[in-house]
Amino acid sequence: MTVVVEAQKLQKKYNDFEAVAGIDFHIHRGECFGILGPNGAGKTTVVAMIYCFNPISGGKLTVLGNDVTVDTRSIKTRLGVVPQENNLDLELTVRENLLVYASYYGIRRSEAHKRAEELLHFFSLSTKADQEVDRISGGMKRRLTIARGLIHTPEILILDEPTTGLDPQSRRLIWEHLRQLKNKGLTLILTTHYLEEASQLCDELIIMDQGIILEQGKPLDLIQKQVGAKVVEVEINLEHSQALVHTLEHLISGYQLAGNTIYLYITEDETEAVKIISSCKHVHTYRLRPSNLEDVFLKLTGRGLDYAEDTMDFTDPKKIGHLL
Amino acid sequence: MQKTPWILQTLKKLATYYRSVNGWALKVLARNLIVFRKTWTTNLAFNVVEPLLYLAALGVGLGTMIEGIEGMSYIQFVAPGVVATSAMWAAAAECSYDSFVRMHFQKTYHAIVATPIHLEEVVVGELLYGTFKSLLSGTVILLVIASLGLVLSPWALLIPIVLILNGLVFSQIAMIWTGIVPKIDNFAYFFTLIVTPMFLFSGVFFPLDVLPQVLHQLAWLLPLYHIVVLLRSLTIGLITFELLYHVLWLTLFILIIFPLPQMLMRRRLIQ
Ligand SMILES: Nc1ncnc2c1ncn2[C@@H]1O[C@H](COP(=O)(O)OP(=O)(O)OP(=O)(O)O)[C@@H](O)[C@H]1O
Ligand SMILES: [Mg+2]
Repeated sequence: MTVVVEAQKLQKKYNDFEAVAGIDFHIHRGECFGILGPNGAGKTTVVAMIYCFNPISGGKLTVLGNDVTVDTRSIKTRLGVVPQENNLDLELTVRENLLVYASYYGIRRSEAHKRAEELLHFFSLSTKADQEVDRISGGMKRRLTIARGLIHTPEILILDEPTTGLDPQSRRLIWEHLRQLKNKGLTLILTTHYLEEASQLCDELIIMDQGIILEQGKPLDLIQKQVGAKVVEVEINLEHSQALVHTLEHLISGYQLAGNTIYLYITEDETEAVKIISSCKHVHTYRLRPSNLEDVFLKLTGRGLDYAEDTMDFTDPKKIGHLL
Repeated sequence: MQKTPWILQTLKKLATYYRSVNGWALKVLARNLIVFRKTWTTNLAFNVVEPLLYLAALGVGLGTMIEGIEGMSYIQFVAPGVVATSAMWAAAAECSYDSFVRMHFQKTYHAIVATPIHLEEVVVGELLYGTFKSLLSGTVILLVIASLGLVLSPWALLIPIVLILNGLVFSQIAMIWTGIVPKIDNFAYFFTLIVTPMFLFSGVFFPLDVLPQVLHQLAWLLPLYHIVVLLRSLTIGLITFELLYHVLWLTLFILIIFPLPQMLMRRRLIQ
């Protein structure tokens, strides 16, 4: 498989702050490559370097065979970009947004019209074609931004958090569109902090936090490798958790504590494990379930993904004392 | 290996800014013209009504109390200056408030630089649009004063060329501020400190030789002064070789500050 993006020791500094700390990855043609991480992980910084908005501070980044420090125009011509913040042209209608964007790529008028109609149709925006952009819903704006990124039939589509802030229905609709694009062979680069999105769409993942890559691989492999197939979530008083872990030692590959919940990664006989857990009198509740990326993330970072930046630590009574 | 002398390197770097005047920049201009086509009536009315009020108040009102200046009626003296100032305001407003809104609030620049177009070309496209609007409002006022019989010479046909220089000068000065100001409110300083003094002391409303010698000479530093001299001479057909100095001054000014708006915008938007 052809490599379309290759990063070697890629680094980005904003003044003295190192937002991306020398990472390596490569992306193959036709795959959906996910960059997963909490707020501030450096996802936007990475993709913005790929689409040549952010200059790199160190290392090497090659996109479609071109070095980003040498020829940005020929890279930008072949990429489609859906930025984190919609930046649709508010002074234009839905259709004009596509047509004017096409003109930036130097696409001929007749060709642009044809392409715009196709895209409006594909993204179910045809009925809104002549509306001003601020009149359409958030989900439609997002779809329009994706359509705009496809107007010049790019080889790679970069999506920075394509579904953040959308309701579940609009989110699913976008996933469906992205899946269809992927099936047509388009390479997708997708950042997200939704684990479901990553597991639904991505063939290959990097999990980032604070500018470094914690893990990379295929979603299922990552889950298998890090936590195994099954997890038991146990609610238990903290002081008894160690004892429980100790009794289960031969059945688990590891565990993670978060608040009063302990996540046990079951490797061996799950019925045996459940039997032991259910008979422990300190356990309040427990639940056996298939493991997922959230578990991987929790294990790697010791914290949940959605709460990564501003969680309060409720396990420490001193810290919350003054709030009560 | 022989090192390229720094002077050559700098010149090479500078040359890239002038090379942003290209087909890509025209695509940005075209985007603005599409928006203009939708809003031109209000847009133009706004740019034209104000100068007409000046003309009425000063030319007709104040003018009745003032004897002729340099052998002209007062309204004849003021009219070309009003053409110049309306063109100046149009460019200055477009490349300050309007550009700032596109750059900062609508993120239009961010959207465009994801396409093959570079930021420098976006800036040039904006400057060209400011120049277009400036040319347009100047020309409309010119037609108005012509219909009032205040254009005396066919040399006035050259005025649009001067208006283009005018547009480029003030689009650039405004764009420099757009590259610097932290907040949109800060443009108030730009208008109070730069545009308004220029408006008052460039010889639009009174001949500068009534000022002390020093101040009169300082007016040479004001681009609008040169525009006003050119426009007044062309409307009345007083053509001298000296006019070329003014054209040269404006051309050099445009060329010298040309890299600045692009450099500042890059520094502002790209980290
Ligand atoms: N222009 C900038 N100047 C200084 N620091 C920046 C700049 N842009 C981003 N950062 C910092 O770099 C880090 C990575 O930011 P980035 O936007 O890439 O994260 P992210 O993973 O996209 O986060 P989010 O999920 O919130 O979008 C953050 O700590 C952020 O504060
Ligand atoms: Mg981001």
